[in-house]
Amino acid sequence: MSDDFPPLSLNVPEPGCRPGSTPDFSDFEIPRAGAVKRPPTDVEPDSIRDMAFSIVRVLNKDGETVGDWAGALSAEELREGLRHMLTLRTFDARMLNAQRQGKTSFYMQHLGEEAVSCAFSRALRPGDMNFPTYRQAGLLIAGGYPMLTMMNQIYSNADDPLHGRQLPIMYSSKEHGFFSISGNLGTQFVQSVGWAMASAISGDTKIATGWIGDGSTAESDFHSAMVFASTYDAPVVLNIVNNQWAISTFQGIARGEVGTFAARGHGFGIASIRVDGNDYLAVHAVAQWATERARRGHGPTLIEHVTYRAGGHSTSDDPSAYRSKREAAAWPLGDPIERLKKHLITIGEWSDERHKQAEAEILDEVIATQKQAEAIGTLGGGKTPSPRDMFEGVYETMPPHLIRQRQEAGY
Amino acid sequence: MASMTMIEAIREAHDVAMAADDRVVVFGEDVGFFGGVFRCTAGLQAKYGKSRCFDTPINESGIVGTAIGMAAYGLKPVIEIQFADYVYPAYDQIVSEAARLRHRSNADFTCPIVIRMPTGGGIFGGQTHSQSPEALFTHVSGLKVVVPSNPRDAKGLLLASIEDPDPVIFLEPKRLYNGPFDGYHDRPVTSWKKHPKGEVPEGNEIAPLGKASITREGSDVTVLAYGTMVYVAEAAAEAAGIDAEVIDLRTLLPLDLDTITASVEKTGRCVIVHEATRTSGFGAELMSLVQESCFYHLEAPMIRVTGWDTPYPHAQEWEYFPGPARVGEALKKVMEG
Repeated sequence: MSDDFPPLSLNVPEPGCRPGSTPDFSDFEIPRAGAVKRPPTDVEPDSIRDMAFSIVRVLNKDGETVGDWAGALSAEELREGLRHMLTLRTFDARMLNAQRQGKTSFYMQHLGEEAVSCAFSRALRPGDMNFPTYRQAGLLIAGGYPMLTMMNQIYSNADDPLHGRQLPIMYSSKEHGFFSISGNLGTQFVQSVGWAMASAISGDTKIATGWIGDGSTAESDFHSAMVFASTYDAPVVLNIVNNQWAISTFQGIARGEVGTFAARGHGFGIASIRVDGNDYLAVHAVAQWATERARRGHGPTLIEHVTYRAGGHSTSDDPSAYRSKREAAAWPLGDPIERLKKHLITIGEWSDERHKQAEAEILDEVIATQKQAEAIGTLGGGKTPSPRDMFEGVYETMPPHLIRQRQEAGY
Repeated sequence: MASMTMIEAIREAHDVAMAADDRVVVFGEDVGFFGGVFRCTAGLQAKYGKSRCFDTPINESGIVGTAIGMAAYGLKPVIEIQFADYVYPAYDQIVSEAARLRHRSNADFTCPIVIRMPTGGGIFGGQTHSQSPEALFTHVSGLKVVVPSNPRDAKGLLLASIEDPDPVIFLEPKRLYNGPFDGYHDRPVTSWKKHPKGEVPEGNEIAPLGKASITREGSDVTVLAYGTMVYVAEAAAEAAGIDAEVIDLRTLLPLDLDTITASVEKTGRCVIVHEATRTSGFGAELMSLVQESCFYHLEAPMIRVTGWDTPYPHAQEWEYFPGPARVGEALKKVMEG
């Protein structure tokens, strides 16, 4: 054995493309639509290990549905899905602009990722509980939550159900199966497992879903969630939304340069599937499969939604500083709205004219709602929450020291 | 009434709560089949089944994180962190999540969980089995922090904590589990059997949170203490022959400031004792509050007697521990002031 060791060096992964260079996704393997078979929902996780390295896709490049994950949704349901995604995109554009106008402090949009939460929502049942991140507002839009209430929350006005305490877009709605968004990353992932365990402890039939971004899978809470989900076979669907970017950090920093995020499930014996996150039909089909699996007591599923964050991380972010401006256009899985639109046109259930009309209707609806919200108030203007609200709800009953502080503050 | 150790009293509180309410679930490391390394949950799994009392992976953020999810569902988790020294991996879940859930969701979701953990030293546990992290929790808005000092209170306060609609950090002074301890480590150990507070009422009698207890009435000086230090303070007062009034705070948050203020206004002197490290310890808060509330009644500067600002040592345990000699010195000094 020689002891003549060369000096060690540190490997720091780099994305394929930075500002100024040409986007190149040629290393990104995309299986053809329909290539991945749909296993039974009680399948042994070990027998579908390949699904963590492939991608479930339903829509092909011609806008046709292919393979045995297709056929779950009617044309009417697909048109509704398209409408949900268009609504979310329009809502985002208006709220982003409202932030630029100083009507709120902060906003986060879903551009390019609309299919993930909008399509998933359709697989859930009343009483199920999502533990979302800040980029799953499609669960609310598609779940019928009032848009006016979302805007009131974003504006922190007097009708904000959270009384101005929480950052814009950190919604909460127990009634709509939407757990309070924290803003700290990853914490909700393990909480979703706890909720699912509680359902099982109680002999209930409800399930939970956890949501996390590609970057936050590096948090220890991801590991905690996987361990507990695996140990107790919790009725939970654990979703990783891999939108390629964690603010300025490409997904290779959280993942390393081997395997996939979905493959992380293998060590825990959890069924693990990758899905084309920009394919509304594929997301829905996989969500349907995984929720059915959880509800039948066959255990948890880890889903990696492969998508692309076409916009900035938030209104405080300028992606042109760290990635090519042409990267979004080069993203090989396309745009979820364009793909569903094309499919509906291909099967004769939609047209460019109807699409334009729908866009116009939705814009009118969003603008009308926005006017209602702004008539109530925006951040710091109009009717706003009382400073007294800041002291309320820290505890169910206000303890003496907080009463003294509230009095000291003059409220 | 039955004579019990603190361990038995804690176990009985679990039993009473689990019998009364199906939503109460109990879990943690070694908590299920074995009944906990200190045996505080022994027999519960056999009695209530594996879905209501179970072992968990060694993952404190997972234990607290799943408990938060269960509370959001509608259960009432009572969870054990094996030693307070092990709670730090769960700190994010406690501080950023459990403590704030009610406020940030405007009570759409709440977090009625109890996080129990053995605290304090005196058992040669070294730096990883002896810490007193109460100030890390009293500094967090949205938490309640409870430290019982005897079997009777342990049962009543734990029942109150389980009933409470908000998250409670329940710190159990492990040196008191089997008997009161006055800090004279070279004397024979005593058991709860000979102590009146070892007599524990049966059933669901709670001890309300936010109420201190005067364990020794006196007129010369007020001693603010909790947990193990209650007995150290009492012993130090006896040894020094000083007519000290010892207040067992029982709940650090919410704090019974009225009882503290009334006593200090009567005695005009105050000594604060805790086992935790001094800097930014809970004693700093107590001293501030007494200064703000009772300044014109004070006849001498207040004194803190605490653990030193070092990691809790192993071989030097009794030099670290704020025992009766150090507390006695402080009592004499404050009387001279």
